[in-house]
Amino acid sequence: MVVQPGQAAEESVSGQILTVKDLTISYGGVPALSGVNLDIRENEIFGIIGPANAGKTSFLKAINRMDMFTAGMGVQGEIRFCGQDVQTLKNVYALRSAIGVVFPLPVGLPMTIYDNVALAPRLRGIKARQDLDVIVERCLERAALWDEVKDRLDSLGSLLSGGQQQRLTIARALSQEPTLLMLDEFSIAVDPVTTMRIEDVLKELRQEMTIILVTNLVQQANRLADRTAFFLQGSCVEVGDTATLFTGGAQDQRTTDYIEGRFG
Amino acid sequence: MSDIATQDFDRRNRDWYIDKLVQLVVFFGGISAIVFIIGIFVFITKEGFGFILNTMDPVEFFTSPYWEPSDEDAPEYGILALIAGTASVTGLALIVAIPFSLGAAIFVGEFATGKTRELLKILVELLAAIPSVVWGFIGLTIMNPIIIDLFDVPVGLTVLNAGIILGLMTAPIMTSIAEDALKAVPDRYREAAEAMGATRWQVIFKVVLPAAKNGLLGAVLLGVGRGFGETMAVLLATGHSVNIPDSVFDSVRALTATIAAELGETAVGSDHYQALFTIGIFLFVITFVINLTADLVVRGVRKG
Repeated sequence: MVVQPGQAAEESVSGQILTVKDLTISYGGVPALSGVNLDIRENEIFGIIGPANAGKTSFLKAINRMDMFTAGMGVQGEIRFCGQDVQTLKNVYALRSAIGVVFPLPVGLPMTIYDNVALAPRLRGIKARQDLDVIVERCLERAALWDEVKDRLDSLGSLLSGGQQQRLTIARALSQEPTLLMLDEFSIAVDPVTTMRIEDVLKELRQEMTIILVTNLVQQANRLADRTAFFLQGSCVEVGDTATLFTGGAQDQRTTDYIEGRFG
Repeated sequence: MSDIATQDFDRRNRDWYIDKLVQLVVFFGGISAIVFIIGIFVFITKEGFGFILNTMDPVEFFTSPYWEPSDEDAPEYGILALIAGTASVTGLALIVAIPFSLGAAIFVGEFATGKTRELLKILVELLAAIPSVVWGFIGLTIMNPIIIDLFDVPVGLTVLNAGIILGLMTAPIMTSIAEDALKAVPDRYREAAEAMGATRWQVIFKVVLPAAKNGLLGAVLLGVGRGFGETMAVLLATGHSVNIPDSVFDSVRALTATIAAELGETAVGSDHYQALFTIGIFLFVITFVINLTADLVVRGVRKG
């Protein structure tokens, strides 16, 4: 039975996990994304679609303060995560550990598969082997990778194939037990069958966490997202229920055009 | 249901404080490099400054080929011959080292596989670790008679000898750096070129070398810096006689070797002592410029 995207969105109107007000992101003074206002609700899958250079990845970077790593990247406006302003909070590491991120290209860290997934729990101070075993197995199961690697957890994570590494990256993000999971075009390096398996996992994960799904695949947003935002050339054109947007109910003609593949 | 309320990103835990502490410690580690370099510069400047202000005639210092600081009546402080000595030896060393090191780097990086490659890398690094006095000794006892026999010249301690010795000395270091530069070229570049039917040599010449251009140039410049600063091998192999060379069969004397050989015999604070420190300042500035250029070249910063 398929959960209709629209339904869930209506049910969880109450808790807003992320609020963004007048967000402007610039690189060396040149705006890359401006005037974004949106709320992300607890336990929804929030899709972000849009062509290249729309500002999607910059948006994710600003949320977990990865702008600190990028010289010349400036962030104005307000982003509140769990009610706290991410620009001014005092412990950015605590913020990041509550947000899992999966980048477009897989990053298998140069350590064993087991250690890759056990890294975040260990950073949190979990040392007991049996506890780690449970976490590692559960996260790899959820990332649809357990069956393929359960007999070789001691081999290097960086030696896995691209698609496997991406699932390893997802398992690692899940091992943080994040409040918010951000996926940036995760399916670029993954085959369609595995993509579908991960998509099923994401639907289940919605019970436990909020997910921001940046995707190039319009239909992926349609399949998964409760609500979808359309970013275009550095601005957020519109945010709406996915069901509405994908059935011709978009406010802005450009959104409809993009969804129906007339440009981009 | 969720733990939103319980999360507090303002609470600084132990990990946060450890992070700050480590940042502080490594900050001092990083700053120490600057402190040391300024300290050294201040020291050699202080020791040589009196000479620069009082005794030195800058024109004579850089243009006179006569270095006779021990002459009691009219000591002469001209370092032109010393500069010529250092430059000629370094130049010849580069002519020797560049083909060797580039060839070695290309072979190790692009052609050698498995055990050959590992063995070669270890050997190259071992070669780089040979003390310079050993190289000087080889120049003095092995190269010297060979050069005398082979070219029928009276003395074998010459620019040729020192240049070859210094070239062989710098080659391993340049090889290491050049190989790092080749290794930094992503394999997908090679695959893309090979997929078009390019031969191994074409791939290397047309794709890999241009892509590694900055790193290779940097390797050469660091070799130059090493040649300028090298003392012991050059002292032993050049013949150590003040002379502007006409050919590679002339003996010369290097800037560094002059300091090494004479500093122990001079009275602290004397003109001669201070003149040697002035050579030190000159060397410091030259090496600084070379290293800085090498660094900028490696990073691909274009000047102007």
